[in-house]
Amino acid sequence: MPVGRLGAFLLLLPSLALLALVFLGPIGWFLGSSLGELGSFAEIWAEARAVLGAGAVFGAIVNTHIIALIVTGCVLLLGYPMAYGLSRARGLAFTAILVCIVLPYFTSIIVRTYAWMVLLGRNGIINSTLISLGLISEPLPLMYNRTGVIIGMTYVLLPYMVLTLYSAMRAVDPRLMQAAEGMGASPFTVFRRVFLPLTLHGVVAGVLIVFILAVGFFITPALMGGPGDIMIAMLIEREIELTQDWPVAALITLVLLAVTLTLYGFYSRFSENRAEALP
Amino acid sequence: MRGEAANAILLDGITKRYGSETAVAGVSLAIAPGEFFTLLGPSGSGKTTTLSMLAGFVMPDAGRIVLNGQDVTRAPPRARGLGMVFQNYAIFPHLDVFENVAFPLRVQRRSEADVKTRVSDALGMVKLTGFEKRYGKQLSGGQQQRVALARAIVAHPSVVLMDEPLGALDKNLRYHMQVEIKEIQQRLGMTVVYVTHDQEEALTMSDRIAIMDHGRIAQMGPPRAVYEKPDNAFVGRFLGEANLLPATLRDGAVATRAGHALAAAEGSLGASGGFLFVRPEKVLLAAGTLDAAPNRLPGTVSHASFLGNVVRYEVDVGLGEALLCDAANAPGTQPMAPGAAVIAQWSEADCRLLAG
Repeated sequence: MPVGRLGAFLLLLPSLALLALVFLGPIGWFLGSSLGELGSFAEIWAEARAVLGAGAVFGAIVNTHIIALIVTGCVLLLGYPMAYGLSRARGLAFTAILVCIVLPYFTSIIVRTYAWMVLLGRNGIINSTLISLGLISEPLPLMYNRTGVIIGMTYVLLPYMVLTLYSAMRAVDPRLMQAAEGMGASPFTVFRRVFLPLTLHGVVAGVLIVFILAVGFFITPALMGGPGDIMIAMLIEREIELTQDWPVAALITLVLLAVTLTLYGFYSRFSENRAEALP
Repeated sequence: MRGEAANAILLDGITKRYGSETAVAGVSLAIAPGEFFTLLGPSGSGKTTTLSMLAGFVMPDAGRIVLNGQDVTRAPPRARGLGMVFQNYAIFPHLDVFENVAFPLRVQRRSEADVKTRVSDALGMVKLTGFEKRYGKQLSGGQQQRVALARAIVAHPSVVLMDEPLGALDKNLRYHMQVEIKEIQQRLGMTVVYVTHDQEEALTMSDRIAIMDHGRIAQMGPPRAVYEKPDNAFVGRFLGEANLLPATLRDGAVATRAGHALAAAEGSLGASGGFLFVRPEKVLLAAGTLDAAPNRLPGTVSHASFLGNVVRYEVDVGLGEALLCDAANAPGTQPMAPGAAVIAQWSEADCRLLAG
């Protein structure tokens, strides 16, 4: 049954109201009251330049983006073949792969992070196995540094990429690939000229989703990172909990919010264009 | 086998099994260069599987496939150099018409100038000049079909395979495309292997038809031969309306169960009897009295359907199944009314005995 514009709005109203009440309201109040302490717009601007230009904060912002970028790259490299396997698997194999991907998704992120800490620690399973095999003599520094953060975040974010890519790959008609092969294309050419272009929108969507989530990550870098791996979310938490400097926290929050919203804007424009361009 | 190189395509006993099902059971055939060859059969008869093996998408369990003198039985599709038109067209949605048609050339890494000339030639041939920048979903079914056709011929393959290419088009458009495909095939001198379940399409387009049934070739030959001289009841029925009168040998003479004498110039009954095959358009209806000549059966018109150019009568001749008779709607003819007493007759040369 089709609903009109007004009908659609009425149906959306409860969730919109909830979103406004528990999300937009608190953020607005937090930003408004914290920044209000600073006074006029000119004063806020001066403070923003001072805070964001300061070494520690600026460093954390740069760090966050570098880590998010590396993690997104790792997730894409791991996720693309996984999603392909999932999209081609049938029956029991499909269920098995899906469970492996989705089950951790429903498990608490803290539990998963601690699990990685057990694996990656100095005397963790990976290091002790490698040492007992005689492959290394000293434990590898896998935790409390950037490597740990990247491994942990890649793992946590992988399902988002795999599931996004999977839905794009399932929509590709396998007969198109067969047709390309029949026209003389090698398997690699079929992939590059047919499969990859047809799943590219999934790649863009997955990359944006994972990057947006990675930029705001908190628990994994806080537990697995070293002193040099401060990310934006950790900085905000520190300003609020430790320094209790709410205006600074609010300014950093604005930066994070701006990055997220910009990328989200790209994402929604992109999916709209795609909806127009393709059936 | 001698003279293999003279054939464009040679299938030698190819067989494909899926579990306990045998989809194709030892099909052998040779197709000459420039021939329009059709695999015709009901769904599940193995025609599409045969085509898939020819294309290289399905590997045969037994047998050999020879293309232009080269054994390609185990070769991947890309090594066979065939053009293909797919049932669903398989237009790449991310490429425009030009790039869709250019695809086989891009794969061969042809020069840009070469690609341009060949694509515009191919598009000209299928009357799609000016549609280069359109995408698949902006085209009608008939236009998509033309894109698929242009893409199949753009690289000038010597052999083009077509898998029910006109299945999704309406009747009128279908007829036009049949004519165009045939024209292009003759102009380029291509060998075409065409799969369809539409017997009219097969009869109009083909040089030769192989009628398939349960993974085997039931009969193979030029359209007229397979239509007028079927080797068995299946082929007779599949290629159009057919009368198959149960017939037996009585004292050395062929007769209906009711004892009316039958005679046919060709064919023979099996040990346990068989059928007399005669097409409805070969049966004449007349009023009058019965004389003793064979192939004359008395009956009454039980039903008359007006089909436009033809009136189809069902005549009850006391053999259970009604005898079909197509009378041309010729100048000055008066249709017969149901209930009319008639004599149905046909010539010995127009019928055939088939083993049952």
